[in-house]
Formats: sequence, C-alpha cells, structure tokens
Amino acid sequence: MSDVIEVSQLSVYYEDNEAIKDISFKAKEGQLIGVVGPNGAGKSTLMKAILGLEKYKGTISVLGKKVKEVRKQISYVPQRSQIDWDFPVLVQDVVMMGRATHIAWYKRPSSIDKEVVTACLKKVGMLNFAKRQIGELSGGQQQRVFIARALAQEANVFFLDEPFVGIDVTSEEIIIGLLRELKAENKTIFVVHHDLSKVQDYFDQLLLINKELIQFGSVDQVYTPEILQKTYKGGLALFGSNEEQMVVTPQ
Amino acid sequence: MTNISFFIDQVMRYSYLQQALFAAILVGIICGVIGCFIILRGMALMGDAISHAVLPGVVVSYMIGVNFFFGAVLTGVLTALAIGYVSQNSRIKDDSAIGILFTAAFALGIVMITGLRGTGVDLWHILFGNVLAVSRVDLWITAGIGFFVILLIIIFYRPLLISTFDPIMAKATGIPVHLIHYLLMLLLSLVTVASLKSVGIVLVVAMLITPGATAYLLTDRLPVMLSLSALFGVISAVVGIYFSVLYDVASGASIVLAASVLFGLAFFFAPKQGVITKKFRQRKYRHIKSAS
Repeated sequence: MSDVIEVSQLSVYYEDNEAIKDISFKAKEGQLIGVVGPNGAGKSTLMKAILGLEKYKGTISVLGKKVKEVRKQISYVPQRSQIDWDFPVLVQDVVMMGRATHIAWYKRPSSIDKEVVTACLKKVGMLNFAKRQIGELSGGQQQRVFIARALAQEANVFFLDEPFVGIDVTSEEIIIGLLRELKAENKTIFVVHHDLSKVQDYFDQLLLINKELIQFGSVDQVYTPEILQKTYKGGLALFGSNEEQMVVTPQ
Repeated sequence: MTNISFFIDQVMRYSYLQQALFAAILVGIICGVIGCFIILRGMALMGDAISHAVLPGVVVSYMIGVNFFFGAVLTGVLTALAIGYVSQNSRIKDDSAIGILFTAAFALGIVMITGLRGTGVDLWHILFGNVLAVSRVDLWITAGIGFFVILLIIIFYRPLLISTFDPIMAKATGIPVHLIHYLLMLLLSLVTVASLKSVGIVLVVAMLITPGATAYLLTDRLPVMLSLSALFGVISAVVGIYFSVLYDVASGASIVLAASVLFGLAFFFAPKQGVITKKFRQRKYRHIKSAS
C-alpha cells in the first residue's frame, strides 16, 4: 500500500487567525477516512487546503505529486449549502459535469460519456430523475446526484464535505454502500463528518482535529473516550462505561 | 395596423433606420446571452460596474482619434482587475469594491468629458445612446463583437457552466476559474461597447439582466434560457425601436421599457414561477383538497 496523501506541517491562516495548525499525516490507499471534529475545527479548511483551494504553509502531496498535477484524479463533493438549487440544470447535466476532466474542453460529450452518466445515475438510483431540474429533488436525492457526478469522474481520491447532513435514511445507505464499493476498488475516500453516532460503522480510519491534529489512526484505536474528549475539549456527553456500547453526543 | 405599416415603410425607406434596427437586434442577442451568465453568477452589480467603467476609455479614444472599442475594453478590463485586487487584498468585500471602483472610473470619464468641452464628444449620447446615429462602421463593429462573443461562449460553454454552478468543484478539478471570470469581464466590456450606440452606458445593465431574468422564470435548462434570453432581447429591441420611431422618444430607454414589460409578464404569468399562476394553482389545489 502506498501513501495517497502526505501532509506535513500544514497550517492555514485567515487574516491573522489560525484555521488549522501544524497538521501532519500520511493516508494510505483503499481507506475510508472520516475527518471528525467540532464546529469550527477546520475540517473543511483542511480538505480545501489539500485540494489546493486555500493558501497554506507546509507541504502536501497527493498520489506522490503536487495537487496541481493530479487534479483529474481528485473528485470533490461540496456541502449542499454551497449549491444554488435554482440553477437551470437537469440532473443529467450535473452528472455530466463529472466527465469534464475526460472531455477535451473544445469537444462535445461522446457516447461513452453519456453511457457513464447513465450508469452512475443508475448506481445511485436516480436514473428515473435524469430529466428533472435539480431543485425539484429532496435533499437526499440531490446528494445522490452529486455522488453520481463524483463517480462519473472516475477519480482515485474522493473528498466529500458533510455528505450525510440533512438527507434521508435510504439515501444515506445508498451513499455509504457506494463509498464502500469505491474502497473495495482501492480508492481513497475522505469524508468530513460531524455526526459521531455512526462513525464506528462507516469509517476505517479517523482523523480527529480541532485546529491541530488530535489523532489519526484506525477507528478501534482512535475512537476512545479520552481522545474524543480531547478533540471536543470536554464538549461531549459520553454514555455507557463499556467502550463497545459507548454513545456520544456533542453538547 | 396603420402604425405598423408606417413603421415598416419608414424602415424600408431610410437606411439609417435599418442600421439602427440591425444594431439593436444584435445588441439584444449578445446582451441576452452574456446576461444569463451574469445573472446566474450573481454578478448583476458587476455588469453595471463594467458597463459604466468603459466611459473614461471611450473618452480617451475620442480624444486621440482611435475607435472607442480599444479604450473601452482597456478601462473595462482594468476596472475588473482592480475590483478583484481590492477585494482579495483587503477586508473590503466584493460589492463594496465594485461600488468604489466603478464610480471612480465613471466619475473620471465625466470629468474628462466636461473638461474637454467642444471636442465633439456628446455626453448624453454616450450615456443614453443614440441608435439613429449608428453608422455602417458601428454596425460592423457590433456584428464583429457579437460573432466573437457568441463564439467564445460556445467554445467555453462547459467550463463556464461548471464554474458558474459549482466554482469549488471547478477549481478542484483544475478548471481555471479566475481566468474564466476575467474572460467574462472582457466579454462584458465588449458587449458594452457594442451597446453604446443603441442603449448607452447607463442602461446596458438592463439589457444584460432583464431579458435573462425573464428567461430564467420560464425554463429549467441553461441552453433554453440562453436562447429565450436572446429572443427577448431581440423582441425588446424591435418593439423599442418601433415606439421610438412612432412617438419620437429616446430609443435606448424605449428598448429597456419593452424588456421590462416582458419581465413583468413573466413575473406574474410564467407557467411555473409566475406569482399569479402560483396563487391560482394553490387555490385549485385547495379546492381539490376540500372536495376530497
């Protein structure tokens, strides 16, 4: 297994405030990684810095190269709140955007591109909605369309920003199922996540941050009361004494 | 009916009217197309800004005797760059930076015109247009700009669409989002130049925003929105010139009013988005509900 992402001494500043500070870690391929921490801990900032969308100090390499050189291998799913849902595009148009990295900018989509779009829509169970305007869908359906777009890109590394916020159970199950499939294909998936209840189920590894890196490791090693309390700075209520049955809620 | 035949007769008879009509139609098309992207990117204020910011460039071009095309594009793009520079390098937000810089450029233009009285530059005509003074050369320039703008939009359609819809994903996958922004600013300056004679600097923003907004209320697909917007631009141009000839009123303002009326119709009566249609549908729904 090779290192897919290597981050060392990464810091991001907004004006004079530190958003994240001195973060270093190495992520291997074929892992489903949850990025977890309280609000304002810099989870999205970390992701955007790795994607080269923020000014940062430190070094980052993705697939052994600079981000700029491997952009086509990186797929990104934004937070739902960042999208204008009144935008005049149909579901199939959105998924086709994922093919942009495969189509020369002056060319039109080929029949292969169209087949990929159809296949991806089928995977997320949204083929029947292909000709709907995206705003007409429910939150979970919208998220599935964006997952389909990410799949259509056929990338190696995936970044998802809060994909499970405000969506229905069915959509959540479909999405997590697809992420596991990607993992089985040896892809690497980063998921910014803040609902601690399902963390143990969903992820192989956790990256716990609160401005600084608290801990990075496999879920069984890292998902402990001590480390969680350290991440949330005491802002957690822990129920149950047995680690197997521990229930946590942010206060 | 007699009014219409009178109008057609006039157009057939006077070549300056034909040129005016052609120019206005072209402006309707290109403003309509660019305007869609301006609306969807939430850049209406930027559209207003760039159109005003071409003024000093136009004046300088008149002074040194080159076509105002060059000066206008130069100051338009410079202002766009300056706006980006100010908002990225200080805590001043985008809309404030726009407000500061375009008014500065516009004021500079007015000071230059008023300081150079007697040079033959007519402030009124630049600000509000004088479509009946469209020369053959102007018409060619407008047609050239129109061709160039539409061509660029067709070529860059996909990156334009993606960077407008989801700029973060666009950046993440390597689409040059900033370059596309400045390309759009360049196109905006060009469109303003093309519209100078027909509607004038002050009202260009209406031709950018209003037909596009009307189309936005009628469709859920960008290609359809672009075509409808161009169509509404053309209808506004023809109807505007018609009333301008018939009642001898300012052509630019007349065109803009025609566009506004179209918007009003769509706002109230659009099949899906119209305010009154929505009310009607709700009432019908309530009836069905109470009946069941």
